Formats: sequence, structure tokens, C-alpha cells
Amino acid sequence: MTTKSENLTFEQALAALQEIVAELEEGEASLEQSLAQYERGIELARYCNDLLDEAELRVRELLPDNTEIDFSGPLDSRS
Amino acid sequence: MNDHLSVSELAEYIKALVRQDDVLAGISVTGEISNPLLAKSGHFYFALKDAKATISCVMWRFAVQKLIEIPREGDQVIVHGQIDFYAPRGQLQLVATVIRPAGGIGEIYRRFEETKARLEAEGLFAPERKRPLPPVPRRIAIITSATGAALRDFLRVLRQRWPLTEVLLVPSLVQGAEAPAMLQAALYRLIGRDDIDVIVLARGGGSIEDLWAFNDEGLARLIAASPIPVVSGVGHETDFTIADFVADVRAPTPTAAAAAIVPDAATLRQGIDASIEHMSARVLQHIRRHRLQTEHARQRLQTQSPTLRLRQQRQRVTELQQRLQRAQQQHRQHRRLLLDALGQQLQALSPHAVLARGYAIVLGAEGHLIRSTAQVSPAMPLTVEVADGRFPVTVTPNSPSPPTSS
Repeated sequence: MTTKSENLTFEQALAALQEIVAELEEGEASLEQSLAQYERGIELARYCNDLLDEAELRVRELLPDNTEIDFSGPLDSRS
Repeated sequence: MNDHLSVSELAEYIKALVRQDDVLAGISVTGEISNPLLAKSGHFYFALKDAKATISCVMWRFAVQKLIEIPREGDQVIVHGQIDFYAPRGQLQLVATVIRPAGGIGEIYRRFEETKARLEAEGLFAPERKRPLPPVPRRIAIITSATGAALRDFLRVLRQRWPLTEVLLVPSLVQGAEAPAMLQAALYRLIGRDDIDVIVLARGGGSIEDLWAFNDEGLARLIAASPIPVVSGVGHETDFTIADFVADVRAPTPTAAAAAIVPDAATLRQGIDASIEHMSARVLQHIRRHRLQTEHARQRLQTQSPTLRLRQQRQRVTELQQRLQRAQQQHRQHRRLLLDALGQQLQALSPHAVLARGYAIVLGAEGHLIRSTAQVSPAMPLTVEVADGRFPVTVTPNSPSPPTSS
């Protein structure tokens, strides 16, 4: 499923999700609206979880000339 | 053994002799620094002297790197090390492992307390100065050794808790006389940037001298001036540095610093799951409410249905018809009774009923009733009607008709 969530940061998606939950709690929307909100909420939740699942910590190193390179220090990256 | 030794052999002998002496193998000497020279190689050459004596000293690079400061000419110091014989120059020298100010470790603590008190008095540690950390940093800069355990621990925790962030490493010495300047330079490079959400100063545990760079006043002032929040994660839980006091957040260790900066993905996932459950419950409730409303409306609609109304009206018509019929019957019966009564009454009034009682009716020739003697004349033919029929009569010829008084 392609979604509108794709360009959101995690925080934006999470905030949007929280907003939807709050709106649903108010319960003022029509059934149709609330179903749409629900679908959107599920989509956002999935998006957030996907982001967490797929995220891999990116480590860069700042060189003396202020350029940045991927850090490949003597690290056990999985420890 | 010969009578003669070569110089080298003598040197070897002296060296062995010196090295086997327990006192000379680990000695602390107090004196004044003279002719200090930090060589390009990183080794530090100097002499230690007092009023009457001098001994040449060397400190190898690895030890120099741990010095909290490079001693200067005239500094009163305590040098720990061992005596060795330097054969090429035929010289006994003190190989220094540690150089401390004359007051020793106590002096170092005193300096720490003095700096701390001064900066505290200036308000650099005031809680109201502390900037809040962003809830979720996108980019974290860490100033630490590129090869240290501190960086490894920090990155490990970030991977566990929150891999959605990016780390920018600014390598720096974290120990030794050059460390404060390097740390400051690193911090200075970062605080002008706008793509860093939080800066971490990190170093693993060690002695107060190992951590000394983080007690540097210049570094402390730069931390205080940083527009970007700074988190310190220096040493172990029990270690405190000036950087810890001035930082916006003091984490006891590099590991704790990572945990303080980023949220925990596992916790957030639980929150997201809870949100989904919450939403589901809400929507189901909504649906249930609508279903009830629909059912209610359907029932109301049913009462308004045309077939039902038709049936009701038909029933009413039938009812009215029945009532009508009943009314008609009653009416007819009533009339019949009335007629009977009238009939009897009528009969009672009929002249024929009177005839039956013996009366007679006299009729004239034209059939009119004779009510008076004046209506008759002698020999006039009349008809008499009695109960069972009529018969003709004639008025006698000579009978006058005196009016009969009644």
C-alpha cells in the first residue's frame, strides 16, 4: 500500500497518529469520517513501526576540513 | 670476569644494578621543573632540581598524553617514576610516569573545587540556564575518542533504543594536556551549525587526572555558551567533572547519555499498539451506536409503513360498517314496535270498531255522512252501515224531522 505517510518523519507520523486518537476520542466525527480516520491511524501506526523496523543507525564522522564521511571506526558495529 | 670492562659492559652492569633496586624502581621525587622540552616525538624532556641537585628526566609519549598539563619552567612538581641508567650519555635519569603539582593529588582536587566554586558563583550551573533536550533528536553530535569504549557503548545503546537518528562523530582527545583545547575546538565547530539537535561529550571512566580535560574552565564556558543543548556522559556514576555541572544534562556514563537523549523504541511501539487498540475500540463503539440508531429508526419507519396503515384503516372501515349495521337493525326494530303500537291505537280509534259495538253510520245518497236531521227529508233514501255491511233505508214519508235535543 502506498501512503501519504511516506514523506513524514517518525515524529510527524506519531504526532498525526496521536491527533487522530484524540479526535476519535472526542467522537464528534461522522461514522464515515471516523472510519477514514481509523484507516489513516492504522496506516500511520504501520508506518511508524516500519520506520523503526527498517532504521539503521547512521554514523558519520566530521573531518578536520568539515566534510563528513561515513564512520568506519574500529567498532564492532553489532555489539 | 676480566680485570677490564668495556664501557658498555660497565654501563650494562650499572643499569642492572640500578634496576634491581626496589626503591629506585618506584620513586616519587619533588623538585622544580627546569629546561622542559616537549619533543616532536611526543616525549617530554626536563630536569628536576632543587637548591643543591639536578637530575635529568624523561617522560615517554604515552605518559605525556595523560598529563593534565605540560609542566613549565619553575613549576614545583612531584614526579613518580623509576631511575634508569641512560648508557649513551652515561647518565642516570628519572623516567617519569606521572607528574603532579607539588601538592600532589590534593592540589588537583583543590583546583577542581576552586574552579567549580568560581563557575558556580558566576551562575554557570544554575538550573534555569539549562536548555531542554529535544524530545526526539534527528542528529546527535558526539565529541569523544574515535576508538574509545565510550563511543562504542553510546552507539550500542542508540542502536538498541533508537536507530532512527544520525550520529555525527567529532573525534577528539579526551585526556591529556591537549585535550581541553581539542574538546573546545570540536565544540566550537559544532555550535555554529544548525543541523545538530544535541551535543554529547563522552568519555569512559578513569581517575581525576584521566578526566581532567573535562574540568577545563574554557570548555565549561563554551558549554555554557552553546546554543545547542549539551549532554555530558563522562566517567562512571561517581565521577563528577565541571563539564557535568555546566552541561544541560549530566548523564553518569556514556551509556546513560544515549538513554537520556533518545526515546526507547520499544516503549513507543507499545504506545502505538495502545493507540491502535484505542482507535479500534472507539470506532467499534461508533459503529455499534450507529447500528442501534439504525435499528431504532427502522422500527419507527415500520410503524409508518403504508401496508400497516392500510390494514389499520381497513379495520376501522370494517368496524364502522359493523356499527352502522347494528344501528340500522336497532332502528328498524324500533320502528316496527312503534308501528305496531300505532296500529293498535289506530284500530281503537277506527269507526268500524264503534260499529262493532252496535253503532251504525248513516250515509247520504252521495255517500256523505249524515250528521244532522236537517240533512234528511221525508222519503229520502239513505244507506246504513253497520259492522258487517250496508243496507238501504228510506226516511218515512211523513215524519217530520224535529230536532232532537240531546
